[in-house]
Amino acid sequence: MTLNTLWFIFIAILYTGFFVLEGFDFGVGILLPFLGKNDLQRRTIINTIGPHWDGNEVWLITAGGATFAAFPNWYATMFSGFYLPLFLLLIGLIIRGVAFEFRGKDENPRWRTLWDWCLFAGSLLPTILFPIAFANLVRGIPIDANMQYVGGFFNLLNPYALLAALAIGLLILLHGASFLSIKTTGEIEQKAKELIRWLWLLVLMMMIIFMVTSFFSTGVRQKLNVLSILFPVLGVLAILAAGYFLRKSQFGRVFLMTCMTVVFVVFTIFGFLYPQVMVSSLNPDWSLTIQNAASSATTLRLMTIVTLVFLPIVLLYQAWTYWIFRIRITSEAEKLTY
Amino acid sequence: MDVLLLARLQFAITIIYHFFFVPLTLGLSLVVAILETIYVSTGKENYKRLTKFWGKLLLINFAMGVVTGIVQEFQFGMSWSEYSRFVGDIFGAPLAIEALVAFFLESTFLGVWVFGWDKLSKGLHLTSMWLVAIGSNISAIWILIANAFMQHPVGYTITDGRAELTNFAQVIFNLPIFSHYPHVFSAGLVTVAFFMLGISAYHILRQNEIDLFKPSFRLAAIIGVIGTVMVGVIGHTQGQEINQTQPMKLASLEALFDTENPASLSIITIKNPFNDSLILDLRIPGALSFMEYNRFTGEVKGINQLQAQYEQQYGPGDYVPPPVILYWSFRAMVGAGLLMILISLVALFIDLRNLYGKYPWFFKLLPWAIALPYLANTTGWILTEVGRFPWVVYGVVDLQAGVSKAVTGGMLLTSLIGFILVYGLLISATVYLMLKFAKAGPAVALEVSEEFTPSLVNPPEAQ
Repeated sequence: MTLNTLWFIFIAILYTGFFVLEGFDFGVGILLPFLGKNDLQRRTIINTIGPHWDGNEVWLITAGGATFAAFPNWYATMFSGFYLPLFLLLIGLIIRGVAFEFRGKDENPRWRTLWDWCLFAGSLLPTILFPIAFANLVRGIPIDANMQYVGGFFNLLNPYALLAALAIGLLILLHGASFLSIKTTGEIEQKAKELIRWLWLLVLMMMIIFMVTSFFSTGVRQKLNVLSILFPVLGVLAILAAGYFLRKSQFGRVFLMTCMTVVFVVFTIFGFLYPQVMVSSLNPDWSLTIQNAASSATTLRLMTIVTLVFLPIVLLYQAWTYWIFRIRITSEAEKLTY
Repeated sequence: MDVLLLARLQFAITIIYHFFFVPLTLGLSLVVAILETIYVSTGKENYKRLTKFWGKLLLINFAMGVVTGIVQEFQFGMSWSEYSRFVGDIFGAPLAIEALVAFFLESTFLGVWVFGWDKLSKGLHLTSMWLVAIGSNISAIWILIANAFMQHPVGYTITDGRAELTNFAQVIFNLPIFSHYPHVFSAGLVTVAFFMLGISAYHILRQNEIDLFKPSFRLAAIIGVIGTVMVGVIGHTQGQEINQTQPMKLASLEALFDTENPASLSIITIKNPFNDSLILDLRIPGALSFMEYNRFTGEVKGINQLQAQYEQQYGPGDYVPPPVILYWSFRAMVGAGLLMILISLVALFIDLRNLYGKYPWFFKLLPWAIALPYLANTTGWILTEVGRFPWVVYGVVDLQAGVSKAVTGGMLLTSLIGFILVYGLLISATVYLMLKFAKAGPAVALEVSEEFTPSLVNPPEAQ
């Protein structure tokens, strides 16, 4: 395996970590106004992700930094090309991040409502914008011979990208609900479970439609390999398995399976991309690839060592935090932090 | 709309705003860790309350630092994509390492600290805060390593039209980092010292929780004296480093128009903008040479000579960073610094002689003095970054070559207005919360979210 391929895989892993972990806390954020009918319930919901969201978000920061370091041209073309969507994303992440900290620090109901909606909007924006961005990477966008995006904003809102937003958005919602179902008790737990039952079939159908459409809307058919078939199939199998455990009311396993579904959706997208990183719809030769977008071998080697040392450490201590905060959050006000 | 101008404006506004929160996080995380260490080792309940009180203010500040930091990481690609292409091979590495090594650490363990009071042993809980403090400072080091490359590029070669890494050790141990990090670290100490002095003085004046705020005042006074002296001494060596790496920055901030040996130090220089004549020029002979060489002779190059030299070296163009901004930023920073040394010494004197309650005017003044470190931090960064003009990477990439090509003026204007609005609302909310908790003191700060008031247990809607 070449260093460039290895780095493509590292970036895929970082985004996978981000979508799996921050995925459920985005889902929880979107569900907040709907599943929490009073302040106490909303606080309970926020407290389920309270200790984790910040650490989860660092997966995105690291993915961004790693893209910059390993594939500067990818970082430069994508971030300048997707300027407005990324601006909206940043606004979303900003209002969301402070909402966690600010919400509980004043008792005024209007103050709390304001931050509840910031949390909602700040969770919804990335949930929609990321699938749109990634769908466009695989589908192909106008990139000229100088690696510059020349397509404008509305070009990004094509039907395939919108389908991705809908399908992955619903998956994130299901993922968030299944997290809530194992982290809460009583009324919230019941409502979350009910929602999972409603959502599951919808997500299954959307996943199948999305995977099938992907085969026809992207250039993957020219570079088919085992993995580009395997990942979507495993994704659909994972969501089917979630349905199986749902029938048996084993919600811990349902959550495990929504995690796996998210993993394979991200793998599918990256599998379809490889060895390109941004497909040019104008001329295939103008696409950004793991070769022409990459840093020098010196930098890739250096970053490989750093990653192999530190990524396992990060995984260890983050796993440890989920272990300490493993118990369910009950709606007993004196035990809530946020 | 001029893309370059808007991109620069947006970068300036967002980074100044970001750096508004960073120094306090650097210093306050350390102070909270120290307070909790005292609590854990002595078991004194007072120190637990202090830990929670100052910890609460840290959390508000930390959140703002995090969310504004994400904007910075994204902005290099968004508005400065050509710069990113050119330097990504070198510049991306410290940013990625920062996220992987430091940012994960501080964010994860801050969550553990906030939620872990009754789930972890005292020792583990304390360790979490130390990891936050250490993580924040490692973060600062890597970011400054990245910035040092922009100020003084080393360890690279130009291949196929971009800079490629040749020696990472040179990039890490780059000359500016040895003065920039200690300068920022001690600025963090100064910021937390004045933050704590101001809030403690407010409560001491009102005889509120004296047993908590006297120890805070004492700790702050000690940190203040150490921090202000350190920041000054390091600033002095930084001046000498700039003389080597960016003589034009030095000449501009000193308003030294022509090369001098021995060089004089400007006390005040005002130039008539219309005919370039000097209206007022008060100088100490030889003093600038002393600042740069620790002796009263030595050549310091002037703006005019450097401009001529750079035109020869890099071709025609304007190589003079706006002297008015640099000159007055420098004086604001140093002025605030000197004033802070004085105030810290007085505060320490008051504590050592136990003169609490003796000089109420001083205690009334201290809350206002919280503005001083912010003034110095902001002008310090303006000096560093504006002084790099007209380069993004000094002597290698100029501003025009760094800005994004795929981005239009309209997009930048949209985001600029968006950031200004959102940042404006957030700073109001932050100041509101900070004032509320700082004024209310520990009793309220500890109550609102940890032990809930009965009215919250049964929220109004449920009754």
